Amino acid sequence: MRRDIFQAIADPTRRAILVLIAVHAMTPNAIAEHFDITRQSISKHLRILSECELLAQKNEGREIFYELKLEKMKEIDIWLDQFRKIMEAQFQRLDEVLFTIKNKKK
Amino acid sequence: MNLLFDFRVDKETNTIHITREFAADLDVVWDAFTKAEILDQWMGPKPYRVQTKEMDFRVGGRWLYTMITSDNEAPTRYSLAEFIEIHPKTDFTTKNSFSDENGNPVNSGFTFSMTKNTFKAGVEKTTVQIAKKMSSLAELEQFIAGGYYEKGMAMGMNNLDEYLLSLVVSK
Repeated sequence: MRRDIFQAIADPTRRAILVLIAVHAMTPNAIAEHFDITRQSISKHLRILSECELLAQKNEGREIFYELKLEKMKEIDIWLDQFRKIMEAQFQRLDEVLFTIKNKKK
Repeated sequence: MNLLFDFRVDKETNTIHITREFAADLDVVWDAFTKAEILDQWMGPKPYRVQTKEMDFRVGGRWLYTMITSDNEAPTRYSLAEFIEIHPKTDFTTKNSFSDENGNPVNSGFTFSMTKNTFKAGVEKTTVQIAKKMSSLAELEQFIAGGYYEKGMAMGMNNLDEYLLSLVVSK
């Protein structure tokens, strides 16, 4: 199954996890404390985020800390920026069309 | 004339908000967004342009169109806009999806989006606000990738290259 950043942010729990760990690295237990769902489903969300390559793992002693790979989050903005450019170019064409219509009326 | 262009994405509600001013009267801009013969002249990202197959602008009616690069090209994919609400010269709302040439749904992985276009008359200009709500941001990616670049045209990739380059340069 294809995993990408858009699947990562498609789910509200995963979005909330991303917001949490964007501030500082956290252990799975500390993350789970913020949610009213099973530890198992938190693990599932963490696995998906990891498969989307959004999580970096750090080991400190026996504890695993997850942190957010910020550069990866930029992929979303890349796509959005493309869409913005598409709309920009399209509207410039409309400007020309409107200009032509106005001139015909005169 | 300096024309406003604002593009905002609300990732929480999967909605894209676009505001754009046009240097024309409300009547003309309204027609440009609702009449097939004008839509065909400007809609679609270069090198694509829109070619209308059916247009029935009324509540319950639909606009069926495709994107082509030249006249002698056989279209493979169609887009459908169903008119859900229309308040003449004020706003209209469409449900947008991909379809076959008869407007039947196709399995594109994309469900649908809802688009509301609002028009406001100003002094020698008209402001258009577009709110496009996708079912998810993943669908926005598919919308961009599937709707516009399926033929493997380089445009999208060029934009991506430019963007990546700008990141590198700004570092």
